[in-house]
Amino acid sequence: MAKWGFDLLFQGQNLSRLLEGLTLALYISAIAVVLSLVLGIILGIAQVKGHPLIRTIMRGYVHFIQIMPQLVLLFIAYFGLRAFAINLSPEMASIIVFTMWGTGEMSDLVRGAIVSMDHHQYESGLALGMSSRQVYIHVVIPQIAKRLIPLSMNLITRMIKTTSLLLMIGVVDIIKVSQQIIETNRLASPNGAFGIYLVVFMLYFISCYPISILARYLEKKWRI
Amino acid sequence: MKKILGTLFALLLTVGLVGCAKQGYRSVDDIKKDGTIKIGVFSDKHPFGYVDKNGKYQGYDIELANRIGKDLGVKVKLVSTEAANRIEYLKTNKVDIILANFTVTDERKEEVDFALPYMNVSLGVVSPTKKVITSLDNWNKNDKLIVISGTTAETYVTKNYPNIPLQKYDTYANAKNALENGNGAAWLNDNTEVLSFAKSTKGFTVGIPTLGSQDKIAPAVTKGNSDLKKWIDNEIKSLNKEDFFSKDYDKTLASVYGKEYKSTIVIK
Repeated sequence: MAKWGFDLLFQGQNLSRLLEGLTLALYISAIAVVLSLVLGIILGIAQVKGHPLIRTIMRGYVHFIQIMPQLVLLFIAYFGLRAFAINLSPEMASIIVFTMWGTGEMSDLVRGAIVSMDHHQYESGLALGMSSRQVYIHVVIPQIAKRLIPLSMNLITRMIKTTSLLLMIGVVDIIKVSQQIIETNRLASPNGAFGIYLVVFMLYFISCYPISILARYLEKKWRI
Repeated sequence: MKKILGTLFALLLTVGLVGCAKQGYRSVDDIKKDGTIKIGVFSDKHPFGYVDKNGKYQGYDIELANRIGKDLGVKVKLVSTEAANRIEYLKTNKVDIILANFTVTDERKEEVDFALPYMNVSLGVVSPTKKVITSLDNWNKNDKLIVISGTTAETYVTKNYPNIPLQKYDTYANAKNALENGNGAAWLNDNTEVLSFAKSTKGFTVGIPTLGSQDKIAPAVTKGNSDLKKWIDNEIKSLNKEDFFSKDYDKTLASVYGKEYKSTIVIK
């Protein structure tokens, strides 16, 4: 037991420090997820229905976000913006970057879901005497939402997992705390990394698995 | 929409201009006025800068950081940095000083300003007490020297002693186990590493405590911040007078490296 470093968890505040790190990571991703979903849906619709100029700008933005590694974006927001006298805290920089990233990805998902909707769905609705508004509320949006659920849940879990990059700009997240624990006890338990990272793995799993379950449940419930 | 874009653009421009006008780093007076100094340290490098089980920063570098704050009469905000981003923190003035076991090199001198050094590092060799190796010259061809891949130790021995057969490992834990199991006659690594190993493992002795070029560890400030650099230089001079680093060694490093190596590590 001691050999694999599980005992390190119960020394001092170690376990609660790990949980604090996890809470911080989840807190940052939760704010970013909520903002991304709202902004992503609005901008996704704008990508299909908006002014051609807006559409072009949005396409460029989505490409930019998809091409840039998240770590580079984090460095730009945290270190780079300092050149413009903008001094963000690591947490604030993380939320901004994750929201920009999530919004870009989400809007692309929304755009895809809208475009993939067969045109006869609109026409059939209109032919039945529904107004354009009614067609959207009763026919189009429910189907788009159904298509979006698995995709956006996947995005959310990806955002949670990517918080492991935040330590590079000084956020003391769960990974950083585990490194601190492992290194502090490097001489006493050189294999501590195994036990600690196994626990970290389980904590990430516990955080992400309910989201997958929820996605599956909603998919089943909203099956038409 | 156009209006919003225009406003945004104007805002960015203003922010940009303000940014250019502002001098980046903070002088000693700026720091005193603010009441807090930001110091970048390691949070996972035992025993120099680490976080103990209760979440408190501890270590040799941390003692100095806290003392600097005390003598400036300001609060100390410790910032957790990584080896790879220490220079960025100074360049962008996210911290005032880096005290993260920062080795002075010529390359780094072009990007940051180093104050007076407060610690020595070099390589060292540890071997079984039964058969202590005190020199790498006249190496027995049948013996193997253990090194960790990608370290300065590996580079040094490949360059200076190309005839010594090496046994390479990827991690600290593997190299340590290998030496204990007798897979090599000795282990070459940073002297702090081999000293702490010999101290914590029975039957092993450091036959060569210093090898190769001596490197210095020093506080670093943003390039051009001569005001703060001068203050730290004076601080280190006066701390040396009162034997601060010797006491710091006794408090944080002696239990890891042993008292007898104080003069090897601490700069007098």
